Amino acid sequence: MPDTAVPSPVPNVFTRAQIGWVPFVEPLSEAELTPHHIAALIDAARAKSEYFRLLARDPDALEHRTRTDKDIFYNPEAGAPRADRELAAAAVSRFNGCIYCCSVHARFAATYAKREADVDKLLAEGVGTDIGERWNAIVAASVALTAIPMTFGPEHVTRLRATGMDDLAISDIIQAASFFNWANRLMLSLGEASADRPPNGAAR
Amino acid sequence: MDVIDTLAGIAPGSRMDAVRDGRKVARTHAQKSYDVLLTPAAPGDFSIAERFAVAAYVAGLHRAAPTVAHYAAGLREHGGEVLAGAVAAAVAQTVAEGPKGAYPPGPLSVEDTPAPPFALSPEVAAALGPKLVAALAHTHYLVFHPRDAAASRFVPLKEAGWTEDGIVSLSQLVSFLAFQIRVIAGLSVLAATP
Repeated sequence: MPDTAVPSPVPNVFTRAQIGWVPFVEPLSEAELTPHHIAALIDAARAKSEYFRLLARDPDALEHRTRTDKDIFYNPEAGAPRADRELAAAAVSRFNGCIYCCSVHARFAATYAKREADVDKLLAEGVGTDIGERWNAIVAASVALTAIPMTFGPEHVTRLRATGMDDLAISDIIQAASFFNWANRLMLSLGEASADRPPNGAAR
Repeated sequence: MDVIDTLAGIAPGSRMDAVRDGRKVARTHAQKSYDVLLTPAAPGDFSIAERFAVAAYVAGLHRAAPTVAHYAAGLREHGGEVLAGAVAAAVAQTVAEGPKGAYPPGPLSVEDTPAPPFALSPEVAAALGPKLVAALAHTHYLVFHPRDAAASRFVPLKEAGWTEDGIVSLSQLVSFLAFQIRVIAGLSVLAATP
């Protein structure tokens, strides 16, 4: 059998499929969680996740990270549609190279927009792909904010506005892209994507 | 006004103040993240001076003027002039471009780009001390080439005295700053482009 047919234990392509994650640094055990840790998890079910039990080593940082995350992505009051926010997260993850984060948010973007083929094109071709002007503008803005040095400028705002976005929608794209520069660094550095482990509910 | 408002020049009652209020919970907890990561009530084995040293280094590597000035001032206040000078020198010696790095071997290997080097002069390393040198080396990788992740990245941190709790707080601080610096830059541009 050729080597390419042997599944890698570490996923080495961008995918919308569910993959797992294993920590490099020892998480707290469920037995070690105090009421302070459990409160910081926000959702009690996250006590089953190694990722969140690892972040629980700094419970206050975890709690405020999670509350920031949820408002940027889940707040349904006006602004950018959920699919656009998830696309920004997927584009940043594709550009930074976080295969795990990208799998989760590519799945969300494809589901909410019902645009599986366009999301798969982003995964296969990278952030220079052409997936229609509105999504191209979101990907370009997300990449410009992620690059170091940053290259985000008035032309990105003007281009987003031209697709019909108002200030709050553009702010949602800025915050979603910025948040994934936070999430990618935790997920990439504190563990690794794994094909062997079942998904662990580590959404971001 | 919180730190993001101050550094992005968002005044109470302005158009951008209303935009931020549209995501009030994120606004509140982005600031609380700053509070608990930079000036926690119980800093544990990651002192406030060390936190501002890392923050000033991250801001310097991103070279966005308002955040660079904010964290440099914080470091002078909490860590003193000598440490602030050493961190500024470390920025000058290691500044690079990102994101870079290598994927797990396979079809994406054609996209691999070399990691920028991290090398400090002996004088700067001596002024920082081994614990902060290990932290800044880890920070440089997190900022510029996080896809080069490996379990072995934690060995030098542990050898320099970083505990597992401290490693999580260090990782959160650098990663939070990657968010905050970009929100400030992005909202500044949006504010100037009505």
